Amino acid sequence: MASILFYILAFVLLAATLLCVTCRNPVHAVIYLVKGFFALALMFYLLGAPLIAAWEVIVYVGAIMVLFLFIIMVLELAPREQPQGPGWKRWVPGLMLAAAVIFCSLLIIFQDPSAASGNPAHFVGPRAFGEALFGRFGLAVEVVSFQLLFAAVGAYYLGRYQPREQDKEETS
Amino acid sequence: MSDLLLSLALILVKLGLIFGVILGMAAYLVLAERKILGRMQLRHGPNRLGPFGLIQPMADVIKLITKEDFMPDQADKWLFLFAPGLTALTALLSFVVVPFAPPLTIFGRELPMVVCDLNIGLLYFLGISSLGVYGVVIGGWASNSKYSLLGAMRSIGQLLSYELAMGLALIPVVLSAKSFSLTDVVMSQADWPNLLKHPVAFLIFLVSIAAESKRTPFDMPEAENEIVGGFHTEYSGMRFGLFFVGEYINLVIIGSMLTVLFLGGWHGPLLPPIVWFAIKVLFVAFCFIWARGTMPRLRYDQLLHLGWKVLIPLALLNLLVTAAVLLAIG
Amino acid sequence: MGLWRDIKGTLQPFWVTLGYLFKKPATIQYPEEKRTPPPRYRARIVLTRDPDGNERCVACHLCSAACPVDCISMQAAETEDGRRYAAWFRINFTRCIFCGFCAEACPTMAIQMTPDYEICDRDPLNLLHEKQDLLIDGCGKDEEYNFYRHSGIGVVNPRGGNADETPPVDPKALVP
Ligand code: SF4
Ligand code: SF4
Repeated sequence: MASILFYILAFVLLAATLLCVTCRNPVHAVIYLVKGFFALALMFYLLGAPLIAAWEVIVYVGAIMVLFLFIIMVLELAPREQPQGPGWKRWVPGLMLAAAVIFCSLLIIFQDPSAASGNPAHFVGPRAFGEALFGRFGLAVEVVSFQLLFAAVGAYYLGRYQPREQDKEETS
Repeated sequence: MSDLLLSLALILVKLGLIFGVILGMAAYLVLAERKILGRMQLRHGPNRLGPFGLIQPMADVIKLITKEDFMPDQADKWLFLFAPGLTALTALLSFVVVPFAPPLTIFGRELPMVVCDLNIGLLYFLGISSLGVYGVVIGGWASNSKYSLLGAMRSIGQLLSYELAMGLALIPVVLSAKSFSLTDVVMSQADWPNLLKHPVAFLIFLVSIAAESKRTPFDMPEAENEIVGGFHTEYSGMRFGLFFVGEYINLVIIGSMLTVLFLGGWHGPLLPPIVWFAIKVLFVAFCFIWARGTMPRLRYDQLLHLGWKVLIPLALLNLLVTAAVLLAIG
Repeated sequence: MGLWRDIKGTLQPFWVTLGYLFKKPATIQYPEEKRTPPPRYRARIVLTRDPDGNERCVACHLCSAACPVDCISMQAAETEDGRRYAAWFRINFTRCIFCGFCAEACPTMAIQMTPDYEICDRDPLNLLHEKQDLLIDGCGKDEEYNFYRHSGIGVVNPRGGNADETPPVDPKALVP
C-alpha cells in the first residue's frame, strides 16, 4: 500500500516540477511547485518523518514560495495578455495533480487511522530528530548555519546605503 | 473493523460539530464586531432585524448569495475562482488540532476532545496559517487589478515580517511543555498559564498573530481607505463572503490558539472545562474587536521595522534566556 | 522616557474606547424617534395663499430661474382683471436639492420651505408634485403680506395709490 502511494506521489512530484519549469506564466509555475512540495511532504510522512513533512510545508511552501511570489509580483513578470485557446485545457494537469495529492492524503488517513495521530510504522519523533541533528550531524549543521550567516552578511553588505557614483560627483 | 468504523464515525461527528459551531461563531462574531464597534463609536450597530439585530447574519448571507458574482475582464479565471475557497478552507483546517476540553470517556474508550491530536500539532498550525496567505496572494494577483496586486504584495510583506517572530515566540512554550502536541501544551499549564510563565513570548506572539489575522492595527492588505479593500477589491457576492468568513474564522482560531498556548486552555476553577475554553476564546475575540475600535493602522514599513528590528531580536533573546533558565532548574 | 510614553499612548486609548462602550449611543432611532427640525429647516416646498385666500403665485418664473437644478416648471396665465397666476405649477422633488433659492427669489412669498422632511417614495413619479399637491390653505411664514396690495392690479394709479392698497415695500426695510 505504502509503496503504491509512494509511486503515485513520486509521479505527481515529477509531473509538477516538470510543469513548473515548462510553464510560461510564473505564478502558475509557483503553484505547480507548491503542489510538488505538498507531494514531497506526503512522501516524507510516508517514510516516517512527520517532522520533516511539517517543516517542508512551513519553510518551503509557507515562506520560500511566498517570497518567490513576492519577487514575481514586484518584477511584474506575469505575461501581459492571456494566451489564446480553450482555458480549461491549461487547467487539466493542475487540477489532476491537485486531485492526486488530496486523494493520497485522504488515503493515508483512511488506510490507517492511527496515521491521523502521526504514528506510522517507523516513526521518528521530534526528540530523535533533534538528537540526530545536533548530535551526530552537529558539525555539518553548524557549517551550514555559518554559510547562512555569510549569506546574511553578504546581503547586508549589498543592501547597505551607498550614494551612487554620479551623486558623489555632483556633490563634490 | 468495528473499532475502526467507530473511531472514524467519532471523528466525523466531531468534525461536523466543530464545523457548525465555528461557522455559527464566525457569523455571530461579525454581528458582535459591528455591535461593539458601533457602541464604541456611540452608534447602535445593526438592531433592526430581530431583537438586537440577531437575524442580521442571515440577512447578510442572503444578500451575499443573491449578489452578482462578478469577475473582471482578463482575470486569471481559475485562480480567481479558487482563491476565496482556499482562504476559508485553510482557516477551517487550522481548527483540526485545537483541543477544547480534556479527553472524555464514552463507550469505555478514551475520546480526545480534539479532531485529531497530532503530535506535531503546533507545527501543523504554523504550516496551515502560513498557507492562509496563498488565498490572499493568489486572489489579489488573479484579479488583474492594481489595488488587488498591491494588497497581495502587502500581505506577503506582512507575512515575512511576523512569521519568524511568531515561530520563535512559540519555542519557549514548546520547551516548557516538552512536546509539540497542543494537548500536552495545555496539560503543562495546569498550574500556571503560560501567560505568566512566558510573558515576553506572549507579547511577541500576540503582536504577530494580530498581524496574521490582518485586522486593524495591521490591516494593510485590505486598507479600505488606501487601496479600496486590497486583495478583495474585485470580489463580490459569495466569493467576497468566503474571504470575509475566512477572516472571522481566523479570529476564532486565533482566540483558540492564544487560549491553548498561553491562557491555560480549558483549565479554570468552578466552571466545566469547555465553558472556560469558550469564555477565553470569546474574550480574546473581544480584545481583537476592541483593538480594532481603538488603534490606527500601521504603515507597511513600520510593521517590517517592528517585525525585524524589535520582535525577532527580542524573541531570540527570550528564547535564549528561557532555555537557560529551564536548563538550570532542570 | 520615550518608551514609557509609547506604552502609555498605546494603552490609554483602550481605556477611552472601553469607556465609550458603556455610554449611551448618540443615534436617534429614526422611524420611532423623530427629531423636531428647527422652524426654518428647508424641506418640503409649499405654495401659500395670501391673507384673502387667493393664490400668491404670480407665475413670474423667478423661482424657476433661480433654481440651480431646474426642477420648477410652470405655465403662466392671466385672469379677466389682469391678475397673473400659474395655470399649472410643477416641482420635481427627485431633483430638488432643497437649497431654498426659489423661496428667496419669490417676490410674492408664494413659494416657501417647510420643515416637513419625510418626502421619500419608491416611485419617482410620485415625487412630481403638481400645483394641487403644493398649494396649502394658509399664509405660511408671513401672515400679513399680500403682493397685490402693494403693487396693484392693472396699474392705473401710482403703485399703492388705490383705495385698498398699501404703499410699495421698501426692499431695504426688509433686512431682518
Ligand atoms: S429648493 Fe432649490 S432646488 Fe429646490 S426647487 Fe427651490 S431652488 Fe430648486
Ligand atoms: S412661486 Fe414666486 S417666484 Fe415662483 S413663479 Fe410664483 S410668484 Fe414667481
